[in-house]
Amino acid sequence: MTTTAAVRLENVSVRYRIPRERIASLKEYAIRRLKRRLMFDEFEALRDFGLEVQAGETVGVIGRNGAGKSTLFRLIARVLPPSAGRVVVAGRIAPLLELGLGLHGELTGRENVMLQGALLGFSRGEMRRRMSRIVEWAELEEFIDAPIRTYSSGMAARLAFAVASDVDPDILLVDEALSVGDERFQIKCHDRMEAFRQAGKTVLLVSHALDQVRDNCRRAIWVHEGRLVRDGDSASVAQAYHDWSVGGAALPPVIIGRR
Amino acid sequence: MSSTGVTARASVLPVYDSARRGSRVIDEARALWSYRSLVQELVVRDIKVRYKRSVLGIVWTMLAPLLNMIALTLVFSTILKQEIRNYPVYFMTGAIFWAFFSQTTSSAASQTNDSNEIAKRIYVPRSVFIAASVGVGLVNLVLSIVPLVGILVVTGFPIHPTWLFLPVSIVTIVLFSSGVALLLFTFASRFSDIREMYLVLVQTWFFLTPIVYHPAIVPPRFRFALWLNPMYYLIQTFRKPIYDGVIPSSGLVAASFALSVGVFLTGWVYFCHRAEEMGYRS
Repeated sequence: MTTTAAVRLENVSVRYRIPRERIASLKEYAIRRLKRRLMFDEFEALRDFGLEVQAGETVGVIGRNGAGKSTLFRLIARVLPPSAGRVVVAGRIAPLLELGLGLHGELTGRENVMLQGALLGFSRGEMRRRMSRIVEWAELEEFIDAPIRTYSSGMAARLAFAVASDVDPDILLVDEALSVGDERFQIKCHDRMEAFRQAGKTVLLVSHALDQVRDNCRRAIWVHEGRLVRDGDSASVAQAYHDWSVGGAALPPVIIGRR
Repeated sequence: MSSTGVTARASVLPVYDSARRGSRVIDEARALWSYRSLVQELVVRDIKVRYKRSVLGIVWTMLAPLLNMIALTLVFSTILKQEIRNYPVYFMTGAIFWAFFSQTTSSAASQTNDSNEIAKRIYVPRSVFIAASVGVGLVNLVLSIVPLVGILVVTGFPIHPTWLFLPVSIVTIVLFSSGVALLLFTFASRFSDIREMYLVLVQTWFFLTPIVYHPAIVPPRFRFALWLNPMYYLIQTFRKPIYDGVIPSSGLVAASFALSVGVFLTGWVYFCHRAEEMGYRS
């Protein structure tokens, strides 16, 4: 088995079953069932998708809204099992998909750090050890014992990024997380991403900001209607995407993964 | 260590392979164990958040059953003229045990949405949310023993050595409630009206269980209904050691334990087989 790939997707499909009419209640379900009127539409969020990312690569993921980028990340983050195909991920993952997920306004910064750490699978002892470094990095020493409902959105984002990136992941999934906070914080995030790359970590970055993809990633993939349509160096993929989305250039043929 | 706080680490990488899967029932148990600190954090969060902006704070947990008890004592001992020796103790032993069951199960049924918000974005075994509901219930159960002891002292009721049996009763109710919670959570994540239906059901169930009244007032031809009610057995394993000062009969203990283990295993297996598809619901 090749273990050098950090992320490998083999012919992966994700199919959601969407009821024609939303049936949320048991009563309705029972009635429809009896009348045999349960209709579903199938929606394929990803189709026959192949991708291999080597450990240490930084890959940008671009595509329109609804193209399947989030589904791709959810597969890699292990929150969604594939409907068909195989997903193999080697290494600890830190998803920066939704910064601030699970943050609770009534709890203090410190309590939230403990909770965030636990969501990432860390023990209390481990989080206590990491606490001072996280707080220092987020520059929130003065506010750490205040409830975070008193924080600005930038402060909350700083705290969340500090936790998620301190947990020493092998694979970092970033979903436009770098667009929050002030300029100084963005530079810090950028530096930390750079440090990740130098430490040989794998980074996947979803962004609509093509500049960000070009600056941060050597390689980029373009996802369109659940398929991988381009895979190559970030400058040319970003250019092709730009030409297509702005200039109306023809879509390149589908690439079914790299073997 | 570099100034940015990123360290290189040389260790065996954890590998996730969607094609390699063992038994779901065992995998989920392992995952729950490795996320035990999350369960702890969720319990702490729940309790802290509930009392964060209140003056009396955690005292509410102890006050609520006490106020309940006073109201029901007035109603049931003066108006209905039941002849139950030391009614406050009789009622409270049933009520706090019932409260554990009803709180744990309704909270599991209510948190399918919140837990889905988390579990569809970051990998956590979904059973942590049910374990957290049980954990919160246990904290409340232990806290409500404080006012119970208060009532015992005030009314001069003896504290029997049979209290030592209570851990067995608590383990039994934890298994039973967890099983029901797992089933409810699984149903409720498919159908949103399960929660409302359950809240009505649990209210009715409360009055069908001898908590506020004595089983002796049930007419003989309806007595069999008591024996069909699992909560009747379970409450006896709690009430007998405290109120009657006797250890429940081995038959009663064995029956309630076997029933609880059965419900728990059913809930666990069903939940584990449905947990994966919960990710497909948004």
